[in-house]
Amino acid sequence: MIAIIDYGVGNLFSLKSSLAEIGAEAVVTSDEKVIAECDRIILPGVGAFEDAARKLRESGMAEVVKKEAAAGKPLLGICLGMQLMFDKGYEYGEHEGLGLIHGNVRPIADVIPEGYKIPHIGWNLLKFTKKSPLFKYIKEGDYVYFVHSYYAADCDESVIATTEYGADLTAAAANGNVYGCQFHPEKSGKVGMKILKAFVEL
Amino acid sequence: MITKRIIPCLDVRDGRVVKGVNFENIGDVASPVDMAKKYTEAGADELVFYDITASAEGRKLFTEILTETASNVFIPLTVGGGISSIEDFDRVLKCGADKVSVNSGAIRNPGIITEAAKLYGDQCVVLSCDIKRVGGEFRVFSRGGRDDTGMEAIEWIRRCVGMGAGEVVVNSIDTDGVKTGFDIELLDLVCKAVSVPVIASGGAGSIEHFIELFRRIPTIDAGLAASIFHFDEVSISDLKDAMAAEGIPVRRI
Repeated sequence: MIAIIDYGVGNLFSLKSSLAEIGAEAVVTSDEKVIAECDRIILPGVGAFEDAARKLRESGMAEVVKKEAAAGKPLLGICLGMQLMFDKGYEYGEHEGLGLIHGNVRPIADVIPEGYKIPHIGWNLLKFTKKSPLFKYIKEGDYVYFVHSYYAADCDESVIATTEYGADLTAAAANGNVYGCQFHPEKSGKVGMKILKAFVEL
Repeated sequence: MITKRIIPCLDVRDGRVVKGVNFENIGDVASPVDMAKKYTEAGADELVFYDITASAEGRKLFTEILTETASNVFIPLTVGGGISSIEDFDRVLKCGADKVSVNSGAIRNPGIITEAAKLYGDQCVVLSCDIKRVGGEFRVFSRGGRDDTGMEAIEWIRRCVGMGAGEVVVNSIDTDGVKTGFDIELLDLVCKAVSVPVIASGGAGSIEHFIELFRRIPTIDAGLAASIFHFDEVSISDLKDAMAAEGIPVRRI
């Protein structure tokens, strides 16, 4: 059973449907006991870093996720859920993240040339920077769907895939049992399903 | 490199997909769920669902159709038609929509853009705009292309983007359904006016029309069409092959 953490941020319908599609059972929950019984965790999220980080703390989910990650349970953060796993987010100020992967979340405007639209919205291809079990069913050059204006920086040792949008942006990162995807696997067609399947089999 | 998106649009009335010429003479086509699946298999990059009667008659979307579609296709899904309140946003997002497009609702109450952008993020709010040439200027039309609002289109789009619209669908009433190509003049003006993604709609009749669109306006992000895909006049996979052969970045599956 997969726990999809419910902390009042984002649309969980597609994520739940896509897991059902690959035959994985999932529960949307903010109950610590239910989460403890699940064998893996997904942290979703859309919106702004500060608001989401606050909701994660106030709901008590920040501590629960950190505890479960420390115990070795496979954890996957998606989009803003991925960004929250880093040390700090610099979106309208400086905000504390979960610190599960070292690095900081910075505006893509800092690194991409002028003329590129922000947010980075659409299908872009993955370049692998490290071998990862998350990618066992997909190949380099496969397309996934992105929607973001910030990216994970200062985290070279954890980056497992990048995508090119005027600059190489972190597309996925990993630190032991903790994984994060900047793109939306649940919206990335067959390629996304294969990534979720690989996570379910970790 | 980010790819140019190809987006089939499904105009839904009473739970069926329909497509008219210049918004009139609407004919029945097929089940939206089946068509959504078919397009996804063929390589569509995104799907747009419009409830075409809602803005005129205040009819609500059939949320069952939406829910069933969103449970079966795993690419981005935009929903529009009759969206005029935050409750409408909430309703379609809960049924699996990723983005919500506002048209007449934003004309009646522009504040809904800001309100929705704050709640769900700019990326969730799509401005859809029906535009027609009237007396030498581009005018915004409301209620499914029926009423001339008197507003100048480029200024309206710029204003909505300033309020938080994260994407703009530009539908040219002059070219819609007549299959003579996209409205390059209008689309070029919009692309020069805003920095958010712009989706071209209205006029696609052949593969060449998409090639012309992406060649002549390199900053345009996506091309949207309905009838040519519905009636198998153009297959999405052939279209993408042709775009790739022309050096236009596309996602292949």
